[in-house]
Amino acid sequence: MAVAERSVGERRAAIYQSGRDGQPDRAFPTPQQVAQAAREIVVPSPRQVIAANARRMKDASQFDQSMVLNMGPQHPSTHGVLRLVVELEGEEVVQLAPDIGFLHTGIEKNMEAKTYQKALVMTERTDYLGPMINNLVYALAVEKLLDCEIPPRAQVGRVLLSELTRMNSYLVWLGTHALDLAAMSVFLYCFRERELLLDIFELVSGARMHTSYIRPGGLAWDFPKEFKATVQHFLNIFPSRIDEYEALLTDNPIWKERTVGVGKLTAADAVALGASGANLRAAGVPYDVRKLFPYSGYENYDFRLITGTEGDTYERYLVRIAELREAVKIAQQALDNLPDGPYATSDRKIWPPPKEEITYSMESLIHHFKLWTEGFKPPKGDAYAAVESGRGELGCYVVSDGSSKPYRVHFRGPSFINLQALPHMAKGKVIGDLIAMLASLDPVLGEVDR
Amino acid sequence: MGLEEKAGNLGFVTTTLEAAVNWGRTNAMWPLTFGLACCAIEMMAAQASDFDLSRFGMEVNRPSPRQADLMIVAGRVSRKMAPVVRQLYDQMSDPKWVIAMGDCASTAGVFNNYAVVQGVDEIVPVDVYVAGCPPRPESLIHGIMMLHEKVRREKLGPRTKANALRFDDDGRQVELIRSR
Repeated sequence: MAVAERSVGERRAAIYQSGRDGQPDRAFPTPQQVAQAAREIVVPSPRQVIAANARRMKDASQFDQSMVLNMGPQHPSTHGVLRLVVELEGEEVVQLAPDIGFLHTGIEKNMEAKTYQKALVMTERTDYLGPMINNLVYALAVEKLLDCEIPPRAQVGRVLLSELTRMNSYLVWLGTHALDLAAMSVFLYCFRERELLLDIFELVSGARMHTSYIRPGGLAWDFPKEFKATVQHFLNIFPSRIDEYEALLTDNPIWKERTVGVGKLTAADAVALGASGANLRAAGVPYDVRKLFPYSGYENYDFRLITGTEGDTYERYLVRIAELREAVKIAQQALDNLPDGPYATSDRKIWPPPKEEITYSMESLIHHFKLWTEGFKPPKGDAYAAVESGRGELGCYVVSDGSSKPYRVHFRGPSFINLQALPHMAKGKVIGDLIAMLASLDPVLGEVDR
Repeated sequence: MGLEEKAGNLGFVTTTLEAAVNWGRTNAMWPLTFGLACCAIEMMAAQASDFDLSRFGMEVNRPSPRQADLMIVAGRVSRKMAPVVRQLYDQMSDPKWVIAMGDCASTAGVFNNYAVVQGVDEIVPVDVYVAGCPPRPESLIHGIMMLHEKVRREKLGPRTKANALRFDDDGRQVELIRSR
């Protein structure tokens, strides 16, 4: 196959060319191809794997190498509390089933018991590596219900914070992925930069991880005056730090040995499985919510839709690194164009009035009291909003029954859906590669189980 | 574990021995590599470049409970996870300690609902609670140093074991997980 013989350098160059003007756009697989792929995909349940192995072992000879191996829920490479039930034939994976639910927290149910403002704090505890993006998708869905206008400063700030969150999320992915493949130092480098990002989050919101900063109606409060300089400092140094990671990994023979050609996912398979994010784009499908269904003004930014061609673990790595660079570009544009003005909607039914207004305005006092005692009441109806999170298409579906608490909130967790690709990818491969595949799919178990 | 506990009370000999043993235990306390949720990320951050837990001799994470003597319960414990946490605790060899890291592990935090164990002390005995959602790495380091302080004051002999097992008035061991 001509494609497989390309050197990794050529593959990297192709990824950095993708999405540029004048380049042929990569196409979506046809519906027929997807339907064909969907027919062939089998995702067994843990019980099915164990039963299948028991049937096999009934009339197996004493030399049969087959066994069922439990990976997790306490396993350093499962990125949390995932249990993988793997049927092995020697070192080869016959089939596997992810057993999820060890981190089921009842977040969606809990949100029904809280007002719209309070339910926000639950959102960032789903995908705890991308808190601001989780805040954003919930805020967008609620704002759709309320039909309220967001001032430009909040819009641009949201894009900026989303991109910083994406970098944060990718840094943890890269660090743990490298750690799983025994490259310890990359983890230390990634967390060094992550601390700078967390400092920015702490600066704006007061918290390192669970920020609750993007709220329905705008931002929690205005950016502090050091904000611009701090982010600019980070954006100045970060591109060279990405080069450092690449210097450690991209041409590293051990890294290539462990990732090139491992865990291939074809475009049709990826679409049939519903995968999204970098996992889908590495397979060559040009799908990015930021480009296709822009939100918060993403259509005004100049960035490229990075796509790979082969969809192996190495390409997922390259695509994410290229996206890190794109994220720096978007964040720089957002920072340069951050306008002055209000940081939240002026609708007093949704956002409380400024504190000083309360002292002389009766209406403001009433609005403030109403908002903090019972909250706002969106009209009856439902709304769906989707954003591109660090893991893929993150959706939020909110149903309102006209009261101040959501009737139902549901998240389309990209990790949950991406994880389904693992049984398909790992079938027939060796167990050592299973670790690489799982890490490169980048599931966050908090979002899988919710 | 070991000779010093079998020896029992030997008067002033044990007090000196105690200090030496406890000093050793605080300086080589190996945590179990075991993350549950958000707090695990901060636990990783505490071990990474900026906070560098290894200054306190705490960095040797062991993926196997048999080799670990500190369990940091980092994150919310769901009802499905609870038996696993208890099993991991039982698999750890004595002497062993538990830190409940974060609000979820301490009291279930914001998740007062059907799915989450309302504090990990329902299933394992906890030595130190670290507050925060998630706690900053400094808080975790502080929690670990509090634990060191506690360990330094521990007495030798079966009392160390009392950390792990609970006995009722008749001296029978209390079963910590009741069958539901």
